[in-house]
Amino acid sequence: MKQVLILAAALAAAQPAAAVTDVHEFRLANGMKVIVKQDQRAPVVVSQVWYKVGSSYEHGGITGVSHTLEHMMFKGTKRHPAGEFSRIIAANGGRENAFTARDYTAYFQQLHRDRLPIALELEADRMRNLTLPPEEFAKEVRVVMEERRLRTEDDPQSLTYEQFNATAFLVSPNRQPIIGWMNDLEHLTVDDMRAWYRTWYAPNNATLVVVGDVDPQRVLALARQHFGPLAPSSPSVTRPRSEPAQRGTRRIVVRAPAQLPFLVMGYKTPALTNADPAWEPYALEVLAGVLDGGASARLSRNLVRGSQIASSAGAGYSLLTRLPDLFTFSAVPAAGQDVGALEQALRGEIERVRAEPVTEQELERVKTSVVAADVYQRDSLFYQAMKIGIAETVGVGRKVVDEYVERIRAVTAEQVQAVARKYLVDERLTVAVLEPQAMAGASPRAGRGGDAHGR
Amino acid sequence: MGAERGNYRGVALLRFAVLGAGLAGILLAPPLGATPKIEHWQTANGARVLFVPAPQVPMVDVRVIFDAGSARDADRPGLAQLTSSLLAEGAGELDADAIAERFDDLGARLGAGAERDSAYVSLRSLSDDDKLDVALETMATVVSAPRFAAADLERERARTLVALRAERESPGAIAQKAFYRAVYGAHPYASPPQGNEESVAALRREDLVEFHRRYYVARNALVAIVGAVGRDRAAAIAERLTQGLPVGQAAAPLPPVPALEAPQVIRIDHPSQQTHLLIGQPGMSRSDPDYFALFVANQVLGGGGLVSRLSEEVRERRGLSYSVYSFFSPMLRAGPFQMGLQTRNDQAEQAREVLLETLRAYLRDGPSDEELDAVKRNLTGGFPLRIDSNGKIAGYLGVIGFYQLPLDYLDQFTGRIEALSREQVHRAMRERVDPQRLVTVIVGGAADAAR
Repeated sequence: MKQVLILAAALAAAQPAAAVTDVHEFRLANGMKVIVKQDQRAPVVVSQVWYKVGSSYEHGGITGVSHTLEHMMFKGTKRHPAGEFSRIIAANGGRENAFTARDYTAYFQQLHRDRLPIALELEADRMRNLTLPPEEFAKEVRVVMEERRLRTEDDPQSLTYEQFNATAFLVSPNRQPIIGWMNDLEHLTVDDMRAWYRTWYAPNNATLVVVGDVDPQRVLALARQHFGPLAPSSPSVTRPRSEPAQRGTRRIVVRAPAQLPFLVMGYKTPALTNADPAWEPYALEVLAGVLDGGASARLSRNLVRGSQIASSAGAGYSLLTRLPDLFTFSAVPAAGQDVGALEQALRGEIERVRAEPVTEQELERVKTSVVAADVYQRDSLFYQAMKIGIAETVGVGRKVVDEYVERIRAVTAEQVQAVARKYLVDERLTVAVLEPQAMAGASPRAGRGGDAHGR
Repeated sequence: MGAERGNYRGVALLRFAVLGAGLAGILLAPPLGATPKIEHWQTANGARVLFVPAPQVPMVDVRVIFDAGSARDADRPGLAQLTSSLLAEGAGELDADAIAERFDDLGARLGAGAERDSAYVSLRSLSDDDKLDVALETMATVVSAPRFAAADLERERARTLVALRAERESPGAIAQKAFYRAVYGAHPYASPPQGNEESVAALRREDLVEFHRRYYVARNALVAIVGAVGRDRAAAIAERLTQGLPVGQAAAPLPPVPALEAPQVIRIDHPSQQTHLLIGQPGMSRSDPDYFALFVANQVLGGGGLVSRLSEEVRERRGLSYSVYSFFSPMLRAGPFQMGLQTRNDQAEQAREVLLETLRAYLRDGPSDEELDAVKRNLTGGFPLRIDSNGKIAGYLGVIGFYQLPLDYLDQFTGRIEALSREQVHRAMRERVDPQRLVTVIVGGAADAAR
């Protein structure tokens, strides 16, 4: 009862938030979408250009091409040679970066509101006019290989997760790492860059998202001025590459130099783009919250604190993916516990959500957390823009962002149990176990102040 | 304390690494004096309070910061962090499950942590009275009446030992530990905040109880509040959070950091494809008179994303590293100046030469007029971005309050940056960074293991 009252109050507090949401959407004649959200708390603006391309658009042999091209987007146009984009933004007090994921590649600048035209002019210029010099590519692909060594090769958990994905999916491009396989990176060419750029970097494959203290009509005028003259492309048709039905649990072992074992489990699940019925992804989000939505959730309470079989344990699901993905569990055993027992403990929790409905208290707690998060995210322009950009780019549209709280509130305990019973089954499961190998040479042979000499 | 949720999902690759260390608290001023008005007072028992009202979003951020970081560990490395990590594992009448439920039922978020200088407990809550009251009451209990129960201590100790073991997998973590050890020698900053496996295994309940009794006291505390509450409500919040704390005493000043007497090179073998390289020495304190000059000087060298000399020489021109940087990390006493990169093992020597040559050339010539102008424009023009959210303002209140910077610090800043001459910036850098006495840490595999 107490929880119900608290939830009601939280929702009452959240209503004005929804009411002040002021989002304007336009489409330019060349097909580019422009979305503007006004937020006048500070005299600043975030501008993001989202392209519908990422590792899930790639095919074997050129994995990593989307991410490497993202790096090359800073290597110059006829008007602005390599490095100038970043220098101009910096000299205007701006911050900028770019990111690549499975379903999108995005570029952003954060600036004083008066400097927005500079960012839009530069983004429009590099949408169609990249020069892609071969000598710049030769250097930058080496930077990407260093990035891969840093993130993946020298990180045993990351290495495990990469092989886990490649096992869970036989056909779906979700099996490919975003950064690309090392051997593919070694064989990428500047011609691959050119082809990928010509295909995907065009106004009809892009969404501009601007959030901040700006006038939407003025942003539209600027977008027309800078992006309007750009010619559309005809994006190539990606083949569906649908994953065939899984026929039983898949299980792999990854051996790598490491200190700790690590367990990843994943069950194939639908995403919002293909779910039927449409409430299922929301029920899966609530299920993830019941298992891992804060320190009071089941995995922390029962496995980290209760039985203490796990040193850490988590669960995750995202409904905003273009292709069907996984509901995952990951965990590190507590000292002296083995991975097999840890897996059994996780399976125990899985069996419980299948066998009995989650409690009303747990359900309300997850909903309260979602309502509060909806208020907290208003503290970040960047995050607001990010949510709009992802929803648009994975293909469900930004209305999903506005509906999210309402859809989560509608989820029942029976629905949570129903998706657990339907999807958390052995036929959909892939398991990967990291088996640490001795770290030869890892001892600080010359550590602790040894080998000290001047130069 | 909760598990990392979905830490492998939705991973996006950033074009360049965003540096967490050292720069988080850098303060800059606005062009037009549009800084938040900071109100300040003391609680009845002597805790300092800084407050900025922010009525636009119905939420409140509260942080209580103590001079209780690992620099206070003395001969028990890991004590400050283990003390911090146990606060929410049982307090007053509540066990860990009950504390977690209290916050989760409200949609409130509690955080706690300790680094070298300070320890903090933070709360983000909706501002409705009924929720905020319960959240604050629970937070006050966590801060002032932790149980340090034996079972909770053993569980968190075991988890800390697992985390320490995980660090042995990471060449980056190994390098940072070795760097601080070499740069700080016998100074309290030498010791890793997370401790080491032997020291954590040896910590006793009495150590934690005594540490909390000594350092989690009103006169050693700062309260920072930003959110949709008025001054009266903020005053009540600060009283509520601190009323359970004894008056106590501020922590004694830390000893000064001695300069390095000689260069030192530390090599640690690790079965990795990359070598992690760190080079540096003691840098500056928060109260350093050359603070602004050194901050600007470093922006030119290796501080500004991809627009810096190090980035240009190491990454853009030679493709040697994904992440290359330099920073000053100002602390109560001289925090480190550090340059760093990671590269394939067989390129490590080349990268080290480039790093050192770039530093030498910069110390010799200083910034060009164009470089200095570009950095000034970036810092002054970008100031509004530094205070565009409640979370960021709360972070600045913590820095201003903890390091006892003047309350008009933000208002002064543009002027201080603008006034710097090329000569001042160059002189400050030359006086502070001595290329003859650098610590160099090299962690990685043999060159022939690169592929």
